[in-house]
Amino acid sequence: MTAPTTPAPSLFGASIKRREDPRFITGKGRFTDDVVMPGMTHAAFVRSPHAFAIIRSIDTSRASALPGVRAVFTGEQLAAAGVNGLPAGWLLPDIKVPYRPVLSVGHARHVGEAVAVVIADSAAVARDAAELVDVDYEPLVAVADTATALSHPTQIHDIAPDNRCFHWSIGDAAPVDAAFASAPHVVRQRFVNNRLAAMAMEPRASLASYDVAGDELTLYVTSQNPHVHRLIMGAFVLGLAEHRFRVIAPDVGGGFGSKIFIYPEEVVVAWAAKKIGRPVKWTATRSESFLTDAQGRDHVSEAEMALSNDGKVLALRVKTIANVGSGLSLFAPAVPTYLYATLLSGAYAIPAIHCEVDAVFTNTTPVDAYRGAGRPEACYLIERMMDLSAKHLGMSPVDIRRLNFIPAHAFPYQTPVALCYDSGNYEPALDMALTKADYASLLQRQAEGRANGRYIGIGFSTYIEACSIAPSQVVGALGSQAGLYESAHVRVHPTGSVTVYTGSHSHGQGHETTFAQIVADQLGIPMDAVDIVHGDTGKVQFGMGTYGSRSGALGGTSIYMSLQKIKDKAKKIAAHLLEAAEADIEFEGGKFYVRGAPDRAKQFADVTLAAYLGHNLPSGLEPGLEATSFFDPSNFTFPFGTHIAVVEIERSTGHVTLLNYIAVDDVGNVINPMIVDGMVHGGIAQGVAQALWESVHFAPDGQPLNASLMEYAVPRADQLIKYNTGRTVTPSPVNPLGVKGAGETGTIASTPAIANAVMDALSPFGVSHIDMPLTPSKLWTAMNGSTGGL
Amino acid sequence: MYPASFSYSSPTSLDDALALLAEHGEDAKLLAGGHSLLPLMKLRFAQPRYLVDLRRIANLSGIERSAGELKIGAMSTYAALAASDLVRTLVPMLADAAAQIGDPQVRNRGTIGGSLAHADPAADLPTVMLAADAQMAVVGRRGTRVIPAQAFFVGMLTTSLAPDEVLTEIRIPLADAREGSAYDKCRHPASRFALVGVAASIRLAADGTVLHARIAVGGMGPMAVRVAGAEAALKGHAPTAEVRHAAAALVAAAVDPQEDLQGTVAYKRNLAQVYAERALASAVHRAGG
Ligand SMILES: Cc1cc2nc3c(=O)[nH]c(=O)nc-3n(C[C@H](O)[C@H](O)[C@H](O)COP(=O)(O)OP(=O)(O)OC[C@H]3O[C@@H](n4cnc5c(N)ncnc54)[C@H](O)[C@@H]3O)c2cc1C
Repeated sequence: MTAPTTPAPSLFGASIKRREDPRFITGKGRFTDDVVMPGMTHAAFVRSPHAFAIIRSIDTSRASALPGVRAVFTGEQLAAAGVNGLPAGWLLPDIKVPYRPVLSVGHARHVGEAVAVVIADSAAVARDAAELVDVDYEPLVAVADTATALSHPTQIHDIAPDNRCFHWSIGDAAPVDAAFASAPHVVRQRFVNNRLAAMAMEPRASLASYDVAGDELTLYVTSQNPHVHRLIMGAFVLGLAEHRFRVIAPDVGGGFGSKIFIYPEEVVVAWAAKKIGRPVKWTATRSESFLTDAQGRDHVSEAEMALSNDGKVLALRVKTIANVGSGLSLFAPAVPTYLYATLLSGAYAIPAIHCEVDAVFTNTTPVDAYRGAGRPEACYLIERMMDLSAKHLGMSPVDIRRLNFIPAHAFPYQTPVALCYDSGNYEPALDMALTKADYASLLQRQAEGRANGRYIGIGFSTYIEACSIAPSQVVGALGSQAGLYESAHVRVHPTGSVTVYTGSHSHGQGHETTFAQIVADQLGIPMDAVDIVHGDTGKVQFGMGTYGSRSGALGGTSIYMSLQKIKDKAKKIAAHLLEAAEADIEFEGGKFYVRGAPDRAKQFADVTLAAYLGHNLPSGLEPGLEATSFFDPSNFTFPFGTHIAVVEIERSTGHVTLLNYIAVDDVGNVINPMIVDGMVHGGIAQGVAQALWESVHFAPDGQPLNASLMEYAVPRADQLIKYNTGRTVTPSPVNPLGVKGAGETGTIASTPAIANAVMDALSPFGVSHIDMPLTPSKLWTAMNGSTGGL
Repeated sequence: MYPASFSYSSPTSLDDALALLAEHGEDAKLLAGGHSLLPLMKLRFAQPRYLVDLRRIANLSGIERSAGELKIGAMSTYAALAASDLVRTLVPMLADAAAQIGDPQVRNRGTIGGSLAHADPAADLPTVMLAADAQMAVVGRRGTRVIPAQAFFVGMLTTSLAPDEVLTEIRIPLADAREGSAYDKCRHPASRFALVGVAASIRLAADGTVLHARIAVGGMGPMAVRVAGAEAALKGHAPTAEVRHAAAALVAAAVDPQEDLQGTVAYKRNLAQVYAERALASAVHRAGG
């Protein structure tokens, strides 16, 4: 290896092409399903066709007799072998946590629940044998509907009367009630926040192997957080010692939250590999993804906003029923509570807010965090309420927002729902968006269109969101069973190249590029001299993984902190080599030099080599050059911005066309603008899709109605447009990089922008609200004078 | 993802294919582009024991004009149809439809014969075949027969093909000048199949009135159908917007949509109306009207 010596230009803030992309676009990525092991066997799961049923008996004899089948296991067998149920990772007062076995025991509670597993020499034989497992079900009346689950005569879990998982509230009710009692205007609306499927391109997969000699279990798994997998599966479910359990999440093809959680299949695969003494692999089919990947959203809310005559919001009252599905997925309790109701103040100074949440069990796929997780639900509700209020008062949607914005001088700003916003300056983002949209001429175009039977709508979302949920002490007090810091170990090699071990996990975020930019920028070395290692508990120190737009702010900062430690030590060595006082040493462009005498210098690689030779170090200084940091910030970060959607609704068909989409985001300092743009674009696509196309539907008997890509409308490129993006920059004060987080802004902001635009387009028809997805049929029906129908 | 196990062969002659069909009877299935059959097998909705691939049989694809007909080999792909100058100029509605099927992968594999034999109620090409008054050339061990499109489609996923017959060629009668045709569809937001698809073929007289019209609609019922009433409403009239509107209303009255996640019955009837008007307008335009 040659020593990197060329100083690099400043890389923080540069649009560097993603270093990982050549391997992905040439098909050379290494995903879990790509890993092949000698003697590997394959698992296939027998799944419940019923939403709710008693399992009277399971006869595995026909399946076991099929040639090539190695084993068939049922839930009873796993329980008898000491495999525990899946735990809840966030607890709330009086929460009901039903036993959630990895294979059904006694009952099956949603269509697709894993009831038994077959392990065979090939995936095809495993599938054949799975069809030969005879399960005797006694179907029961199922609960599928969110709004009526509390009063449904069926009780899904013995421990949960009324199917209530928990009742939770936030905010002070008394001032809210007082405000409503005297407010001149009250605006009310019921909202359904439709359920979504995460639809990562790579389906979930796992492959486990057990090494008898070393008594070590290795699990390859599609995980956003391999250490969390190791900790929970090892300590709580399987009873494995952490140091003998290695979890590897290699390339992972998208997660959107759905790969945070511990799923039955990966537990079964890990357990079975040890049990049968052979590697066991399982890869989900797309059908299995639809039935078993944790889904998102699914709220029914009643919202009420109290307003003054001039449009000031006086109070907000919200009652939400949140569907958690058939049992508690890992972080399900946090999503409709601390990630949702705490965001109900939006970008606005609202004096009093009260929110009550009932989480309900239903016979549907479990619901947990999906891109945005709680924040999109809050943003949709508050942004729709701002529009409905503006309409009620005859105000412009822009004016009502401006009037209620938290003023720039009021930061840090304490909301009535627990959060304290770190920093913000909302008007410049709104102004930039209005300019980009050319709002005045848009309004004119809209008026002209209406006169000619063209229905153009303009929708605003002046959103806020919260990233990098922290600090650990606080989230612990709120019920989290995990800390929410992040870690980094930076190892400088003798010749000056660097390996970074990050606790963050990249599954589309581009960390191999952005993190290398931070290192190259700090050390003045080329990016080629920096490798980013992640996703392997056998290599990386404990880390919390990637979700909630946390990796830049937490993973990036931990790297930055380690780099400061490295530079401090290197400076000592350089001072010693240059025979100067440490205080006189400058480090710039990869070079240590004596202040005022730039020729008296040592290259970074000279110093790193000296650190490892150990021949000539300051007395008392240890050889070597590496550093570990764990960063636990003092607060969340709060990105914000303004999105404006311009849509046209075709009168004859109800078809919605996007005419323009403006996204002005403030995500703090930006490490790589191109990568941030990519995040924003993908997020907008998903958010637009929730508003217009995507929605998971269950029949009243709990049968999924659109659990395939032939029915569930994931957006395609031809339905979207080129977005007009911009940024303002308000650095976050809670981390030294000043970054906030960009992974979810698009998803959070765009859904209400689109819904508001569609409702604006429909305003000539006297329609004020339609629940998502805003399908052509619903819009056409509304334009024809009826609010009924689909 | 894993179909039930099956055997496979790819004969190089039609006779061999027919012999294999005869030998394996109900257990055998023909394989063309595989874009309907393989998904069904992966989901195990179909579990044929024997697949007879038509791919290596010579002379099953190709598009040529002869004696007042356009002859299209059953194994011609949608991409080939959409790119064919013959199809584009002589039967533009077929090019319209082929170009809108699925995505490039589907268009590069899926075949006209496979689509017609499969007879999915939401497929595009059966509708076009009805409006084109196409003839299906079918070969079996008992010989060859030619089935008119209207007799070919029998019901949902059912045709008058016998299990041991192969659809080899589609023959579309060609009119002289002043004929125009068009296909327009409202795509299902996920599958991109037709929520409704309307094919119209219009022949104009020298005075600009409609000499002859064929209109078919698919996607809203168990199978695509011709709408004789709408055809009659056009015949002999100048195809003005009002006349087209009235004909389209008869199309909307003829469909039998079901309410589902894509819409109410009223909405779907309205779609039939709108897309019928669109197809008629471009067919008339292409006929020189
Ligand atoms: C993602 C996707 C999107 C699609 N979108 C559309 C769409 O928008 N519109 C649309 O119309 N279709 C669509 N399709 C279906 C597609 O057009 C299929 O290709 C077509 O339905 C079947 O044609 P095939 O050549 O693939 O036939 P195969 O799947 O191979 O066969 C289908 C059936 O026909 C039989 N068969 C095939 N060839 C013959 C023959 N020559 N003689 C007798 N029997 C035969 C087979 O035995 C089988 O039963 C889509 C498919 C996919 C996968």
